[in-house]
Amino acid sequence: MTTETKQFGYYPGCELRTRAKALDCSAQKVCRDLGITLAELKEWTCCGGLVPQVKDNYMGFLAPARIFLEARAQGLDSLVTLCAFCFNTLRRASFFLARHPQVRARLATFLDVEGLPEIKVLHLLEVLRDHIGFDRLRQAVRKPLDGLRVGPYYGCLLLRPAQEIMLDNAEEPTLMESFLKALGCEVVDFSRKTDCCGSYHIVTNGEIAGRCAEQILDSAGESNVDLLVASCPVCQFNLDWKQSQANHTNIPVVYVTQLLALALGEPVDTLGFSHRAASMLPAA
Amino acid sequence: MSQLLSFRRENDLVTEIADLSEQNFYACYQCGKCSAACPAAFAMDIPPHQLIRLLQLGQGEKAMQSDAPWSCVGCLTCTTYCPKGVDPARIMETVRTLHLRRLEGPFRYTQLDGERLAALPQSALVAAMRKVTW
Repeated sequence: MTTETKQFGYYPGCELRTRAKALDCSAQKVCRDLGITLAELKEWTCCGGLVPQVKDNYMGFLAPARIFLEARAQGLDSLVTLCAFCFNTLRRASFFLARHPQVRARLATFLDVEGLPEIKVLHLLEVLRDHIGFDRLRQAVRKPLDGLRVGPYYGCLLLRPAQEIMLDNAEEPTLMESFLKALGCEVVDFSRKTDCCGSYHIVTNGEIAGRCAEQILDSAGESNVDLLVASCPVCQFNLDWKQSQANHTNIPVVYVTQLLALALGEPVDTLGFSHRAASMLPAA
Repeated sequence: MSQLLSFRRENDLVTEIADLSEQNFYACYQCGKCSAACPAAFAMDIPPHQLIRLLQLGQGEKAMQSDAPWSCVGCLTCTTYCPKGVDPARIMETVRTLHLRRLEGPFRYTQLDGERLAALPQSALVAAMRKVTW
């Protein structure tokens, strides 16, 4: 549908090559269908998993700095991400480094390079909104997901802190809603859509992670959604983990790009949906 | 007569927490929105606004003894809701970091259950290692 091809750097991150292959694979299909060229970084490393929030801790900016250097070495000035952890970490690092020349200089000295480049860190949803536009996206949809009741689950990392992330309003976001409407879905609002899933407490404190996930699922369940849609492998894991325990809701959590690929006409069996999720989708 | 004296007592620890977190504790007027919004407050011995109150009162050691920073996951809901622009999550992380720098805290990474860890998302593992373990 597009006449021009747009090129962006692509930073998949660890989850997309292991647990969240469906996110990677569906995103690549979507970009191919929409004329977005993703140039994957040749040598990418871990994003560092969240930036430090203490003034004198620069360690957490090293991994992003290396990634930005790698992007520059390949002549890229932007990086598209999908995983909310990678997005948040790289976007905040980019924001912080742009405003702290002394830290930038210190990291450059440590890494033995002349200086650190400014790389624009984007989320694919943002690329769809700002470079394709949801009206054009709607026109590209070949198989509208009519009647599918979808709850947009943002979680924390796509939105907060709003003054650094600047993707959408942190309390009343509309990005996923507009995106899902373009696919023909029925967007179902639920009160806990920007709540935290418990994040890394899944490692150290199952009680907190469980409670967080439970409240989100209960809220989505009360709104009677068919599916929850997310862009974070950890959110998906935590919500699925809670639901694997007895007597709980059974709401499939799928990725934004899986639904988009489906709406663009990609065959459902190539998109990595779970059985349960596939059973909720409109018949082909 | 001591009640008539100012109870604001600066000391090295409180100053260090203010400096590293880059937060002005005295901007907080104790509305409690952070604590109302916090998804982990139920698991804390004292909620976020009370931790800030301790720091306002110069009670750095008491703030350090609280288990609240270990329950905070840095979701920044408090930060979003604070009407005074205070970032409680940075204060939580600073307290946690001071413990970790003394090689103390409830999560020793060598003592986590390796078999269970293998089943968890690696981004959560990396984040947990960075934020709460030593």
